[in-house]
Amino acid sequence: MSTSIEFDHHADRSHMSVSDKVAIEITGMNKWYGNFHVLRDINLTVNEGERIVICGPSGSGKSTLIRCINRLEEHQEGSIIVDGTELSSDLKNVDKVRSEVGMVFQHFNLFPHLTILENCTLAPIWVRKTPRKEAEEMAMHFLEKVKIPEQAHKYPGMLSGGQQQRVAIARSLCMMPRIMLFDEPTSALDPEMIKEVLETMISLAEEGMTMLCVTHEMGFAKEVANRVIFMDAGQIVEQNEPNEFFDNPQSERTQLFLSQIL
Amino acid sequence: MSDLSYVRAEMLPEKAPPVSTSGAVGWVRENLFNGVGNSILTILSLFMVYLVLSALLPWVFSPTWNAASLNDCRTILAGHEGACWGVINERWPQLLFGFYPNGSEEGTVDQRWRPILTFVLLFVAVIPVLFNMISRRMNWVLLLGALGIAFVTRGGVLTMIIGVALLAGAAYVAFQLFNTNKVDRAEEIASGAKRLPNPLIFSAVFPFLAPWLLWGGSIWGPIGALLGFVIGALVFRAVTAVAGSLMGIIAAVLSAVIWWLFLMGGFAWAMESIISLGLEPVESRKFGGFMLSITIGVVAIGCSLPIGIVLALGRQSDLMIVKSLCVGFIEFIRGVPLITLLFVASTLLNIFMPPGSNFDIIVRVLIMVTLFASAYMAEVVRGGLAALPKGQYEAADALGLDYWKAQRLIIMPQALKISIPGIVSTFIGVFKDTTLVSIIGLLDPLGLSNAIRADANWNGVVWELYGFIALMFFVFCFSMSRYSMYLERKLRTDHH
Ligand SMILES: Nc1ncnc2c1ncn2[C@@H]1O[C@H](COP(=O)(O)OP(=O)(O)O)[C@@H](O)[C@H]1O
Ligand SMILES: [Mg+2]
Repeated sequence: MSTSIEFDHHADRSHMSVSDKVAIEITGMNKWYGNFHVLRDINLTVNEGERIVICGPSGSGKSTLIRCINRLEEHQEGSIIVDGTELSSDLKNVDKVRSEVGMVFQHFNLFPHLTILENCTLAPIWVRKTPRKEAEEMAMHFLEKVKIPEQAHKYPGMLSGGQQQRVAIARSLCMMPRIMLFDEPTSALDPEMIKEVLETMISLAEEGMTMLCVTHEMGFAKEVANRVIFMDAGQIVEQNEPNEFFDNPQSERTQLFLSQIL
Repeated sequence: MSDLSYVRAEMLPEKAPPVSTSGAVGWVRENLFNGVGNSILTILSLFMVYLVLSALLPWVFSPTWNAASLNDCRTILAGHEGACWGVINERWPQLLFGFYPNGSEEGTVDQRWRPILTFVLLFVAVIPVLFNMISRRMNWVLLLGALGIAFVTRGGVLTMIIGVALLAGAAYVAFQLFNTNKVDRAEEIASGAKRLPNPLIFSAVFPFLAPWLLWGGSIWGPIGALLGFVIGALVFRAVTAVAGSLMGIIAAVLSAVIWWLFLMGGFAWAMESIISLGLEPVESRKFGGFMLSITIGVVAIGCSLPIGIVLALGRQSDLMIVKSLCVGFIEFIRGVPLITLLFVASTLLNIFMPPGSNFDIIVRVLIMVTLFASAYMAEVVRGGLAALPKGQYEAADALGLDYWKAQRLIIMPQALKISIPGIVSTFIGVFKDTTLVSIIGLLDPLGLSNAIRADANWNGVVWELYGFIALMFFVFCFSMSRYSMYLERKLRTDHH
């Protein structure tokens, strides 16, 4: 795959420190779709400021795992605690978690009937009750950050895939999330657009955002991740610090997977 | 090997398309005479069009506008083929208004200004809903103008004065409108200039005003009904602040229903005895013609869309009971012909009503036609909902929008946009189905045409009447269809 993508700035990332405060704590989590046991005994602790890359073969449950974290999917056993709030059927908790966790999807999922600016201001205005003017200023700030302020008044359908994905990132950021989830954010993009999206994500990482990212961009993993998690058949099979993970995979499944994608 | 190697030395400039594919000649060649077979078809079609028109036009342009009876027409035409337009000339007021009081009876006054005013106000009320290109001030000019003219033409000193004042207001706003340009005005508003009230206020009042204008009676009835909604809204606001939105909705509905059932009657009676203000009542059986069709059509169209949306959402609900109620309702209503429902309205309902209670026949028909249209609308909207990708719901959820906000801001705008063609088809269908009320004895245009042909003078006139009715229906339906295409174009957001 596109491990060949090189990033311009091989900056020193030692300042990207990880605090020892826990952001997400998943313990003994199990999930079924009907009779199908899709996630099996997941235990995972993510500290604030940590950047985690999750990889694994298709159908291994990566999307399901991160979708459980903002309860787009319900888990049946175990517990998920996000920023001190336990996810349960209590809608208040769900709303609280969702407003603190941003999510970026493989297919962008921008709202096609709203302009870019409206896409970004919608949630702040209606969920956070931010005054429109303030919300617009904030949206422009984040659109500048993802480098597309000049598209603010266009509709998503008029933008390229890479631009749409950057808008999707800006849209999430407008809610001032403390954690960002990415579900294969570059898988639907042409190669020349992958880089612009990854660079946006790197700059986000540099600011200390807690990130969980399902991706097969190994260049990105090596560049920013603190930890790479390999999943297969609904389980966490191996996790390690990126260089160790790629150079010296322990499990046979991991070796097989890496030999296929590299 | 070196044959395979090729490098372009310079990039090609843009060229205009060849003349044969652009311009009038190109168009004709492309679309009419594109090959031998197509050329033959074009010529044959032109010939057919010629045949139809050469038979139709002489019939249409016949000098019988002033004939007083079918025999008159025959004398005028003297054996030639031709339409007998005298019947339309004599009866068009009836085809439009049915037997609405026109002052011909002893002791009555011409009341037909009321349906006309209602019709004009209908447009004033729907324009801000249908178009957002028209400015606020333009809407107020239309409204003040329409009311002003209505008052001035009523006669009487007081009404004249009010009318002139309204017209002056309209003229003043119009003058301002043409005297300031858009950019200046936008700047004024941005810097805090006073805006006219939102014309949608009138759109909200119109549903209460229209029945009063049409049926007449005391003005306190419709005001009381409107107050019910105001009370509901106030209670909702008060209770929601304390006990959450679900309790708010319940309290609001309860208080409004209590008001309508128990208090409104007393209020209207008391106010009427203090200030008696009203229009001469007109009975439902006097309604007829296009006025009746439009009344039924507009109510059914206006109510079926919101009810249909609620039903479509209910059908998707996770709550078993809500879901089965909605599915049951939709499937039952769709499984029964409209005629059956109308017969139920005209005969059966009376059996179930307490004896002596007089539930207006037009209201009964309105309810049935609305329910019928809602069931279809629900399925059309459901189609739009089904066409939305799951990702839209997920994105809304992930941003923390709750169910109602997600529906209102994300899902419905897109689902309705997808369903525009289906929605408008249903509207058109409903409007045409209003002619079915002639079967239960209401005098819609078709019912009237039978009555007119029963007149000895016009016995035997068929095409002229039905042609006229068809043309009127066509105008309404075609306008709706064009509007839907305009709306689809306007709402397109993929490329501009
Ligand atoms: N809504 C669903 N109902 C039933 N099975 C599902 C559903 N969503 C995903 N699955 C199944 O769960 C497994 C894991 O899916 P997913 O988390 O999307 O995998 P990944 O993202 O790793 O490719 C797959 O086998 C998929 O077929
Ligand atoms: Mg996936």
